[in-house]
Amino acid sequence: MTFSPELEEKFARLLTIYPEGRQRSAVVPMLMFAQDEVGHVTPELIEEIAKRIGIPTVQIEEVVTYYSMLHQKPMGKYHVQICTNVSCMLTGGTELWERACQKLGIGHLQRTGDGQISLEEVECIGACSWAPALQVNYDFHHNVTPEKLDEILEACRKVN
Amino acid sequence: MTKLYNEPSPLETRVLTKRFGLPNSASLDTYLATDGYVAIRKAIEMTQDDVINEVKASNLRGRGGAGFPTGMKWGFVPRSSPKPKYIVVNADESEPGTCKDRLLMEYDPHQLIEGMMIAGRAVDAKAGYIYIRGEYRYLIDIMDKAIAEAYQRGYLGKNLFGSDFSFDCYTHTGAGAYECGEESALLESLEGKRGVPRIRPPFPAVVGAWQCPTILNNVETFCAVPPIIRDGGAAFAALGVPKAGGTRLTCLSGHLNKPGVYELALGFPLDKMINEVGGGIPNGRKLKAFIPGGSSCPILTAAECEGLTMDYDSMANAKTMLGSGGVVVMDDTTDMVKVALRIMRFYAHESCGWCIPCREGTAWLRKILTRFVDGMGTKQDINLIGDLAHNMLGRTFCPLGDAAALPTISIVEKFRDEFEAYLARTTVSIPVQSDLPVLQPGM
Ligand SMILES: Cc1cc2nc3c(=O)[nH]c(=O)nc-3n(C[C@H](O)[C@H](O)[C@H](O)COP(=O)(O)O)c2cc1C
Ligand code: SF4
Ligand code: FES
Repeated sequence: MTFSPELEEKFARLLTIYPEGRQRSAVVPMLMFAQDEVGHVTPELIEEIAKRIGIPTVQIEEVVTYYSMLHQKPMGKYHVQICTNVSCMLTGGTELWERACQKLGIGHLQRTGDGQISLEEVECIGACSWAPALQVNYDFHHNVTPEKLDEILEACRKVN
Repeated sequence: MTKLYNEPSPLETRVLTKRFGLPNSASLDTYLATDGYVAIRKAIEMTQDDVINEVKASNLRGRGGAGFPTGMKWGFVPRSSPKPKYIVVNADESEPGTCKDRLLMEYDPHQLIEGMMIAGRAVDAKAGYIYIRGEYRYLIDIMDKAIAEAYQRGYLGKNLFGSDFSFDCYTHTGAGAYECGEESALLESLEGKRGVPRIRPPFPAVVGAWQCPTILNNVETFCAVPPIIRDGGAAFAALGVPKAGGTRLTCLSGHLNKPGVYELALGFPLDKMINEVGGGIPNGRKLKAFIPGGSSCPILTAAECEGLTMDYDSMANAKTMLGSGGVVVMDDTTDMVKVALRIMRFYAHESCGWCIPCREGTAWLRKILTRFVDGMGTKQDINLIGDLAHNMLGRTFCPLGDAAALPTISIVEKFRDEFEAYLARTTVSIPVQSDLPVLQPGM
C-alpha cells in the first residue's frame, strides 16, 4: 500500500519511539493514523501494518476488534459521535441522539446513502462540564442545543 | 487571554491551573516566565530519596480514582534493578463525568512534562510515555508541539542543564476503550495488545511497561509534582486536609447553573461547591442525587450529602469515594431508573469480557434495567438487580466489575420507590421499538 508522505513519516517515527524489540507497541497508533487517511481499517491495511512491524496479522486483527474507534467498514466523511452518557443524558444528549437519527434516517454506526455522514452513539467523551457534547470526526462541539445540532448536520451535508 | 471553557470561580485555589487563561499558556516561554522548569533543576540537585520524601510530605494522593499515596507508590520502584525504568502518564480520561486532564494538557502541557521528568529523576527513568485517549486527538498535537519545543530549547534530551540526567518524552494514542484507563490494561494497550488487565501483584512499579519497573500516574497527579518540589511538600499539604494534600480539579456537571472545571482545595464543603461554585441547581429545583467522583462511585441522596466535605475520608465515611473528580448533580426531576440503566449500558459496553461475573453480570443487569424502563419490569426484578450486583462485588480481576455493581446497588437501595413506581406503570403490550440500530440493542 502507498500512503501520503506525512503518514509515512509518522509510521517511521512510531517504529523508533518504543524500546528495541517492542515495535508491536506501534500497532494502535499506526492503525489510528492510517484509518484517518484510508477511511477505515481494510484487510490490506492490516496486512501492510503487520508486515511493517513484523508480526502476524492475527495480532492486529485482535486489536482492531477490541477498540471502538477502529472501524472495519466505511464511516461517513463526517462521523458524528453523540454522547448519551450520564452528564449528557441529564442535559439533553439522548434527545440530540434521537433527533439526529430521525433527521438522517440512520442509526448507530450507519451512514447516509451518499456517504457524507455517519452516526455513532458514544460513551463519555470527556466534555461532561460542557454537556451535551458531540464530536464530528475529532472536533468537539460543546453545549449543543437542538438548533446547533441541526446546523452541524447541515454543514456536514455540504459536499466540498 | 486564551479562551477558557468556563469562567473561573473566585472560590478556587489555583495551583495546578494557575496558568489557565494566560496568553499562549501552552508555550514554553509562558511556562518559563511563570516558574516553569524551576522544580526539575531543583530535583536534579536533590537526592532521589529526598525527591520521593518531598512528594510523601505533600500528602499527594493519586488523582485517577483510587487515591493511592503517590510518594509511597514511587518508593516501590526497585531503583537498583538493572532494567530500564519508565514513566507512563494515564491520560485515558474516560470515567463518565470527568473532563479535567484534558484542560491540564491543553493549557499547560509543560507542567505535565516537568512532572514526568521529576518522576524520572526520582526513580532513574529515562523515558516517559503519555497514553492519551483516542478521542483527544487535538491533545496529541498540543503535547507533541510542547515536547518538540522542549527538545529544541534543551529542556528534554540528553544531559539536561549540564547534569547527567537525560529524559525522553513521547505521546501514544489509545483508540476508544474505557478499560484501557485501568493501569494494567493500559500497559497491555501500550504494548500493542487488547486492553485486558494483568494479574497483580506484581504491580507496575515492579513489573510494568515492557516488563520493566514503571511509575504510572494520572495526568493531574504528575501536574501536582512541579509545584510540590518548587514550593515544598509541606506547602502543598497545607492546602488540603490532614491526610490528603493540595487541591483537586473538580468537574461539575449535570443540573447546575454554572457547570465547569474548578480547582478546589481538598476538604471543600460539598454544599458550597454546588451552590456557590456551581451556581446552584437551575429553576429552583432541589438536589435529588449526587455522584462524587465519576459513575463508578456509589450515588448519594440529598440527605446524605448534608455536611459532607470533598475529601477522601469524608466520602469514605459516607460509604462512597472521592473517585476521579467527576461530580454529577441530579435534580428532583431525574429518573433514577433511567440513570441506573444508562450507567449499566456503559459498563456492559466497556467490560473487557475476561471475567464471567463482570461480562455476564453487566449484560444481564442491562437487560433487566432495559426491561424496567420499557415498562415490563416485575417485582422480583428489583431484588434480582441488587442480588446480581452484590454477586459481582470482589469477584473480578479488575475493579470494573465493582465499578458497575456499586452505583447500581446504591440506586436500587436508595431509590427503590422509583423502581416500584415503574411497576405501577407496567404495560402488558410490548412497546414499539425503532428498528434503527443503537449502541446496544435492548435484547
Ligand atoms: C476501569 C478503570 C478505568 C480507569 N480509568 C482511569 C482513567 O481514565 N484515568 C486515570 O488516571 N485512571 C484511571 N483508572 C485508575 C488507574 O487504574 C490507576 O489507578 C491510576 O491511573 C493510577 O494513577 P494515580 O495514582 O495517579 O491515580 C481506572 C481504573 C479502572 C479500574
Ligand atoms: S472486571 Fe470486567 S473489565 Fe475487569 S478484567 Fe474482568 S471482565 Fe475485564
Ligand atoms: S457524559 Fe457526555 S461527555 Fe461526559
